[in-house]
Amino acid sequence: MENRDMIRMVNQIAAFFEAYPRPDALKGVADHVKKFWDPRMRKQLKEYIDGGGKDISPLAIAALSRKTKAS
Amino acid sequence: MTSETKTMTLIKEIDYGTPASHSNKLVTLKVDGQSVTVPEGTTIMRAAAELGIMVPKLCATDSVTAFGSCRLCLVEIEGRRGTPASCTTTVAQGIKVSTQNDRLARIRNGVMELYISDHQLDCLTCAANGDCELQDMAGAVGLRDVRYGYEGENHVFARSNGEANPLYLPKDLSNPYFLFEPSKCIVCSRCVRACEEVQGTFALTIDGRGFASHVAAGVDEDFLDSECVSCGACIQACPTATLIEKSIVEHGQPEHSVVTTCAYCGVGCAFKVEMQGDKVVRMMPYKDGGANEGHSCVKGRFAFGYATHKDRVLDPMIRDRITDPWKVVTWDEAIKFTADRFKAVQKKYGRGSIGGITSSRTTNEEVYVVQRMVRAAFGNNNVDTCARVCHSPTGYGLKATFGESAGTQDFKSVDQSDVIMIIGANPTDGHPVFASRMKKRLREGAKLIVVDPRRIDMVRSPHVEADFHLQLKPSTNVAVVNALCHVVAVEKLIDRSFVAARCDKDDFKQWEAFIKDPKNSPETLEEITGVPAADIRAAARLFATGGNAAIFYGLGVTEHSQGSTMVMAMANLAMATGNLGREGVGVNPLRGQNNVQGSCDMGSFPHEYPGYRHVSDTATRKLFEELWDKKLDPEPGLRIPNMFDEASAGTFKGLFVQGEDIAQSDPNTQHVTHALESLEILVVQDLFLNETAAFAHVFLPGTSFLEKDGTFTNAERRVNPVRMVMKEQQGMAEWEIVSRIATEMGYPMKYSSASAIMDEIASVTPTFRGISFEKLDRLGSVQWPCDDEAPEGTPIMHVSEFTRGKGRFMLTEFVPTDERTNRNFPLVLTTGRILSQYNVGAQTRRTENVVWHTEDILELHPHDAEVRGIKDGSMASLTSRMGGTTLRVKIADRMPQGVVYTTFHFPESGANVITTENSDWATNCPEYKVTAVQVMPSNQPSEWQTEWEERERQNKRIAETSLVAAE
Repeated sequence: MENRDMIRMVNQIAAFFEAYPRPDALKGVADHVKKFWDPRMRKQLKEYIDGGGKDISPLAIAALSRKTKAS
Repeated sequence: MTSETKTMTLIKEIDYGTPASHSNKLVTLKVDGQSVTVPEGTTIMRAAAELGIMVPKLCATDSVTAFGSCRLCLVEIEGRRGTPASCTTTVAQGIKVSTQNDRLARIRNGVMELYISDHQLDCLTCAANGDCELQDMAGAVGLRDVRYGYEGENHVFARSNGEANPLYLPKDLSNPYFLFEPSKCIVCSRCVRACEEVQGTFALTIDGRGFASHVAAGVDEDFLDSECVSCGACIQACPTATLIEKSIVEHGQPEHSVVTTCAYCGVGCAFKVEMQGDKVVRMMPYKDGGANEGHSCVKGRFAFGYATHKDRVLDPMIRDRITDPWKVVTWDEAIKFTADRFKAVQKKYGRGSIGGITSSRTTNEEVYVVQRMVRAAFGNNNVDTCARVCHSPTGYGLKATFGESAGTQDFKSVDQSDVIMIIGANPTDGHPVFASRMKKRLREGAKLIVVDPRRIDMVRSPHVEADFHLQLKPSTNVAVVNALCHVVAVEKLIDRSFVAARCDKDDFKQWEAFIKDPKNSPETLEEITGVPAADIRAAARLFATGGNAAIFYGLGVTEHSQGSTMVMAMANLAMATGNLGREGVGVNPLRGQNNVQGSCDMGSFPHEYPGYRHVSDTATRKLFEELWDKKLDPEPGLRIPNMFDEASAGTFKGLFVQGEDIAQSDPNTQHVTHALESLEILVVQDLFLNETAAFAHVFLPGTSFLEKDGTFTNAERRVNPVRMVMKEQQGMAEWEIVSRIATEMGYPMKYSSASAIMDEIASVTPTFRGISFEKLDRLGSVQWPCDDEAPEGTPIMHVSEFTRGKGRFMLTEFVPTDERTNRNFPLVLTTGRILSQYNVGAQTRRTENVVWHTEDILELHPHDAEVRGIKDGSMASLTSRMGGTTLRVKIADRMPQGVVYTTFHFPESGANVITTENSDWATNCPEYKVTAVQVMPSNQPSEWQTEWEERERQNKRIAETSLVAAE
């Protein structure tokens, strides 16, 4: 997966959950990625976020970094 | 029991003469001394037929309301004067009716004598011989002589007394599938009424008066030039040979028939396949079909010739490289080659490097077997279905809100709707048989709201007119439905008692605050949506207060970057107004392909097992691990667009494609092409060497629906039987091919029959628990959920509570798509389909349906055409940031200025060369419906089209000429 496609997709997910109260939004984004993304895509995303996560929405970064810490 | 073991007979449904009455009040009467009890409003003719007493008739048939013109069905009623027509006289308590006596016999004989005095006497050579009601009635009344002779005024002879006969009209052969022979017409007007009442097109009329009366199509023109949509309802209604299928003229009457399910759209019409030996001579819509109740469209009724088209490939073929010519091989060789390559690729690139795509056109049983092969033999969850690119947001959105990934109603429910809202669907073209049902209800007075950028036919057609056409800008669906919901909320139109009883309180409270925000008001959103706020307000009030309100939607909802959000927004609207859980209401997806619902139900998604249970759910996974004797992967696999991305990236190297033409149907063709070229093994199972096969290493010939045993599940969750009417033309059932590949890969998989596969599905899928082939034979069809609580199925869902318990309101913030118009690409392209062609056209392009549509046309608004100097009928280039193609232009004002439209039925059009990589946020369903484009005059094919032609020639070569083609 090209990074630009990955960024677009994860930002779209975050944009949907932005409307929710913060705790629900964080959980929503993290659950969605976990439930629907193949492990290799999740790995690429995690590595990208670990590398700074340029252009990824703050909500997505918060949701997915938190997930990383938790797991 | 399969159809093969049944006695072969020609199924003939009883014609009760007039439609059924649905009154709850019962009336008892006597007919010829026998007592019968029927609902009030039933005609005497029908009541008699219930007793098996068939009153002679010509102008009556039970698909249309009675007319009372032929005077053959006269009866006597004790105590009443005269001889009333039994088709127009309704029953009354205690009456005594005689249908046969000397007086009635004399009258009928006289009537028939008059009819026959103006009719050809060529019964022996007539195509309707053996299936002619006029002939039957002449026999029934004992007509022996016609005293009037045949020399007088008539419609029968081209010349009379040496002069041209002005009343004689020649045959109309213009329609490819049926002919119209006016000289055989008895002017019973059954065809005219069928066109009006059953189909709702009003293409036919009786022109002229008295003896000059005749049936006229359009303004007395050829059928093909008229508004006729070739649905076949008039032919079915015709009692003589006047309107008759050309196939019957050519081949004669069928001798046996088998009931099966159409393989075109998601309506899932039941048909009698009428046969002579193993040759199909006619498809007749089946009256007992739950979805269609005796109606059909041009595709299902007539466009079945592709099944025996000469392009069909019947031999397995392989090749090392996709630039090699194809080599015809045996099944054993093809299966071994496939298994070996898949194993080699997995060995080299890892377990997750291969996957499969199931088809929404094949049976549930065939789909189930492919997903099992992927999960158990491939050992991963890289299985997806072409539903990904059409209705995956439906599954996501309805599951989130209601708890089940399916529509809430049966089709019949629309008969009780008072307000019908159609969003992003074009039922007259995409789902014509359901559109006819809908139009019938609209003619009865139901209100109509159409939400569509395009002025579809439903907005205004004979006797149907939308109360509101919310002509929104493409990509603003969510804004429009949010605005509708906003009006419902702020104008105090929320059904509080429904919401309190049926929905989750916290989610509702959160939603109410969100939706009431002024940012969601129609006034604020007017500039974005292009829909006048006053129209939104009025439409919302109508929807909330107009009685039973039902939403029907199509791909104009799902194929957007906010497709899933939109599905949830519609669910919110239905919950807020209390329009769920009974007849006449609901949220109803109109599914594109015959088995979209089924392929999703059967566990074709990379994150879900059959019955929509997540692969990470341990209990479910254990169930399948035990059943399949194999450890299963708890992680979700790749979805179709992810497969393409990973193929390009080099981590995905092998793909099995069952009956889908991804190279033509999926967006951003050049990206797809590149991905397919990167694969080390691509297996295509299909009827034809389709566009995808140009990139394949293995071609496995598939079976047409006429050769399948199994089930399709339609848009109303109706599991319909598909029965084999002829043996597999390529020698093997598709589920067997797949089972053998899995076995060859080292995972033994064996099924004895399609019925056994359904038994396995039922054993592990709660919503299918009560389904078996035996039950389908008995009941005709069953709507899931079918279990101990609902052994005969569930027509309406969420009646007393939602599947998930409480209905869940979701927050549906409008997020504009990334696809924006700019100076280089100032127009928006949206795509759709037309009546005569089906999807990528692989089937319909190989039938005579091409007389209605021989190429894809670009519709352009007059203003947009004028500023570009483009003339109607000229060629124009259509380009987006992804690519370009060249199409013929039709100037039309069905779209607003700034929006262009085309269909995608022909591969050379390359409509998907234009579409982008954008997709739905939740499901990756592609955003087909919005692409920023430019249109310019052009006189040459695009670069892509030139490449396509070359590839068409190169990549489809077959080495030897041993290909056995069907006729």
